[in-house]
Amino acid sequence: MADMLEINNLGISFGGLREVDDFHVNIRQGELYGLIGPNGAGKTTVFNLLTGVYRPDEGKIRLDGQDITGKKTIEINKAGVARTFQNIRLFHQMSVLDNVKAGLHNHYHYSTMSGILRLPVYRRTEKEMDERALHLLEVFDLAGEADYLAANLPYGKQRKLEIARALATDPKMLLLDEPAAGMNPNETAELMETIRYVLDRFHITILLIEHDMKLVSGICEKLTVLNFGRVLAEGPTAEVLHDPEVIKAYLGE
Amino acid sequence: MKNKKFRSNLITYGIVIAAFVIVQALQNAGRLSSLMTGMLVPICVYVVLAVSLNLVVGISGELSLGHAGFMCAGAFSGALFTNIVKENLTIGPLRLVLAMLIGSAVAALFGLAIGIPVLRLKGDYLAIVTLAFGEIIKNVMNIFFIGQDSNGFHFSTKDQFSLNMEPGGKVLLSGPMGITGTPKDATFLAGVILILVTLFVVLNLMDSRTGRAIMAIRDNRIAAESIGLNIMKHKLLAFTVSAALAGAAGSLYAHNLATLQAKKFDYNFSILALVFVVLGGIGNIRGSVIAAIVLTALPEMLRGLSNYRMLIYSVILIAMMLFTWAPRVLEWRERHFGRFLGKKIKEVE
Repeated sequence: MADMLEINNLGISFGGLREVDDFHVNIRQGELYGLIGPNGAGKTTVFNLLTGVYRPDEGKIRLDGQDITGKKTIEINKAGVARTFQNIRLFHQMSVLDNVKAGLHNHYHYSTMSGILRLPVYRRTEKEMDERALHLLEVFDLAGEADYLAANLPYGKQRKLEIARALATDPKMLLLDEPAAGMNPNETAELMETIRYVLDRFHITILLIEHDMKLVSGICEKLTVLNFGRVLAEGPTAEVLHDPEVIKAYLGE
Repeated sequence: MKNKKFRSNLITYGIVIAAFVIVQALQNAGRLSSLMTGMLVPICVYVVLAVSLNLVVGISGELSLGHAGFMCAGAFSGALFTNIVKENLTIGPLRLVLAMLIGSAVAALFGLAIGIPVLRLKGDYLAIVTLAFGEIIKNVMNIFFIGQDSNGFHFSTKDQFSLNMEPGGKVLLSGPMGITGTPKDATFLAGVILILVTLFVVLNLMDSRTGRAIMAIRDNRIAAESIGLNIMKHKLLAFTVSAALAGAAGSLYAHNLATLQAKKFDYNFSILALVFVVLGGIGNIRGSVIAAIVLTALPEMLRGLSNYRMLIYSVILIAMMLFTWAPRVLEWRERHFGRFLGKKIKEVE
């Protein structure tokens, strides 16, 4: 099968610091891929390079055969990459439903003027958006809270809402930055279920950063371990987690 | 959800219409002082100003201190139009509508032209730069001389005599002396209609695809970018619509004055609009309407108390601040009026 994401020789420096060096990965369509490593290894930087927050100094990023290296965040999202954030970034003063509907923005169209004048196209499109958004919320068991302000959701549900919003942009590739951070074991188990479900249901490819080894070993098919900005190990999860180098650098003996 | 928003919006329109009916009744019964009668159009202007500024400050989340500048641009362009056509077009209401449309179009152009460079800035920096642009618009209007004779229009930035007009030509705009002789086309009814139109535009914009994008960018710019929202486009849109509405308000204001001078539109005016927005609640459109009405009418109504007037005014400012911002009061309001306000601020566990 063709590679959904193909990264070669990716690198960036901040001042004199080599943050990411010669990063490479090949992720196939439909795969659930993990990116792990100690704090400060450059995992989130890889995400930021991938989504256009930073422009790489060198290297190539190809999404589904299309070169997206150095493009702007908006263009990369339109090309099919959506993400969540390590520190949750929701639209706090908007309702849960509107958070998801904001994610649908580029898939449903009517002009600002027809919105102000409440033309039939406004009503029709808004209705479709409502249905689609509610449908996504149902997947994450959030439909009951659709009216709540996002800020008032409990922590675990905020994480889920962020994933729902990312999925609303209809991505080919979903990047999850520590989705289980701050969750208790029950919530994590539930999240694992949801991630697996999303993978099957939406026909997407997932790359996730995670520190929770139970989650990583439970759902990731393959792993890349980063250490000091460089790839320390890569391959099928079970093999990587038994690699003596990985145990020494990250997992602990 | 939809119904609640709809109901909340209806209450806002209702407040404006009710206020209009009450004032009309008082006026017909002869119970309104001439002072208050004179305040009616300015109050409408302030309400529109506050609501339109709230679109930038509350909905788009950018602190702008140059709102008076856009109002100034609208006031001068509208008044100029009326003075040019006043001999040929004698239907007051039609003239006023056209003048307001022109005022808002000119102000929108100013908004667009200023917005493109300044909206790249954030927070305090944006506030200072918009403050400066507001003053620049005022000062530019202050030095212009425009005259009209049979040869057409004459412009100058020096003085009236540099216009080189033939005898009998009329001076439309004479620098710091401003525009005189604008017919008093502005009426309370026109003001109320402008308020309703402004509310219609702002409230419907908020509850649309574009409005959602604007608020998403306000709440979290990085996340908004990550879901493919165009930051600059939406910020600029909010800024321009806000400027256009302020321009229409300015045009109405100009048609209520015997003499229109640029110096009226100084930064105090912008700050005053910001006071309405902050005390009414940032992002709360209905609050802006109420704050603008109360804080404009009050000083006049308290005139009888002479020396205590400013004291009471400041106490009311503090009381309004508490009413809109104090957590305990918000809680109390939620408990007692929650079902009418249609806001769900319920905590879930």
